[in-house]
Amino acid sequence: MSDYTLDYAAVAIAGVAGLGVVFLSFFLSHILSPRRPSAQKATPYECGMLPQGKFWDQLHLRYYLFAIFFLIFDVELVFLFPWALVFLGAGPAVFFEMVLFIGVLAFALVYGLKKGALKWQ
Amino acid sequence: MSWVLDLALRTVAVLGFLVFTVLFLIWLERKVLGRIQMRMGPMRTAPFGVLQSVADALKLVLKEGLRPDGADRWVYHLGPVVAVLPALMVWVTIPLAGGLVVQDMRLGVFYIVAISGVSVVGMVMAGWSSNNKYALLGAARTAAQMISYELPLVLALLGVVMLAQSLSLGDIVEQQSPWPYLLLQPLSFALFLIAGLAELARNPFDIYHADTEIVGGPFVEYSGIRWAMFFMAEYVNLFAISALAALLFLGGWKGPLLPDVVWLLTKTYAFVLFIIWLRATLPRLRIDQLMALAWRYLVPLAFANILVIAFYLYYQMPGWTLSLASLAMAGIALVPLYRHWSGRAPARTRTADRGGLPKVESRA
Repeated sequence: MSDYTLDYAAVAIAGVAGLGVVFLSFFLSHILSPRRPSAQKATPYECGMLPQGKFWDQLHLRYYLFAIFFLIFDVELVFLFPWALVFLGAGPAVFFEMVLFIGVLAFALVYGLKKGALKWQ
Repeated sequence: MSWVLDLALRTVAVLGFLVFTVLFLIWLERKVLGRIQMRMGPMRTAPFGVLQSVADALKLVLKEGLRPDGADRWVYHLGPVVAVLPALMVWVTIPLAGGLVVQDMRLGVFYIVAISGVSVVGMVMAGWSSNNKYALLGAARTAAQMISYELPLVLALLGVVMLAQSLSLGDIVEQQSPWPYLLLQPLSFALFLIAGLAELARNPFDIYHADTEIVGGPFVEYSGIRWAMFFMAEYVNLFAISALAALLFLGGWKGPLLPDVVWLLTKTYAFVLFIIWLRATLPRLRIDQLMALAWRYLVPLAFANILVIAFYLYYQMPGWTLSLASLAMAGIALVPLYRHWSGRAPARTRTADRGGLPKVESRA
């Protein structure tokens, strides 16, 4: 029985148990709560007024810009985690390559900030 | 097969502990908020209102669950499940004392980062599927805020991982036995706390479910048990972030005289009370201020912090140099923040709005 098997088994068991808790409470609520639907209850809530306009509207482009920036740096983080655990015993090349990598991305971040790509307006 | 039984029993015990903790935290928050605002808080249910959360939970179970007209049926029903499940699953590897854990994984910190990132999907599903424009706006804000603050949060964790040279939370606590990491890298701690507050969407970072402008954010159309799931996720996450702060920066369960569990719970509840106190004290940030704080200050600072820790480890410098460098960087970062808020920002940022932090027009 390797440690990794135990790790993954623990995650699987926790997933099943967590789902169990959630669906048990849904089931309890399902048998205990009343159900009397009406047109008024099913109206989307807008502070008590009748809803106006479209519901699924277009969103501003700025949200996508932030998502793309997040993706860049999140991928960097995926590389950083394994590096963080091995770089001490792996010699100068490994260390300075990652410093260079972070440097390039830092330059990109500064460029993005200067260009106003990360400006919320 | 005895190990399966062992894991299952530990999991059930942790889930039971979490449900109890959530009920207690809700009562605690209402009571403390009440006293801060010179009210009494819950009073009627049992002495000091201790059963208030139980009464609330019963009410939510007995309440009719509504689905608005035109909502996307499957996505609407799955939203709360996707939001609450990661919050529960994170607790697989968070220890309450040495050995008092479901499974102290070797990839512990990485697992927590990976799983807790899924929660935001549940909230976006909820907001998008509700057929309500405020919910949709709340979902977009949720996504923007969560992903922006995830970077400094994960980078702060990475600093701890580099120092401990391990991803297991048990190992990280053992490494802190003479000095907790708070003393070694105060900047990582500050980054973790600020970004953690934002991930929890607590004040001052609660713009995405700001009641006064977008009613209830992504959860506005939910009621009954499904709404309770979002609430439960929020409080389980609050407890997890507080416990992680105690484990990673304050030496976890280490402490004199008292038993291990008592030390960890004391440190954790200190953070919980601090977060409740902030909620009663701070106003909320505007969304442009929120994003500027993340991208202009926290992310660059967190990367600089990682580089400093890397050089410190690689050249085997003495511990006090890291503490000093960490404090110095935090100090340098405070200068532009102070200048922005005191109205002494450089002329170019004052005349043209560059999306920075709020500028006080003191000399207008």
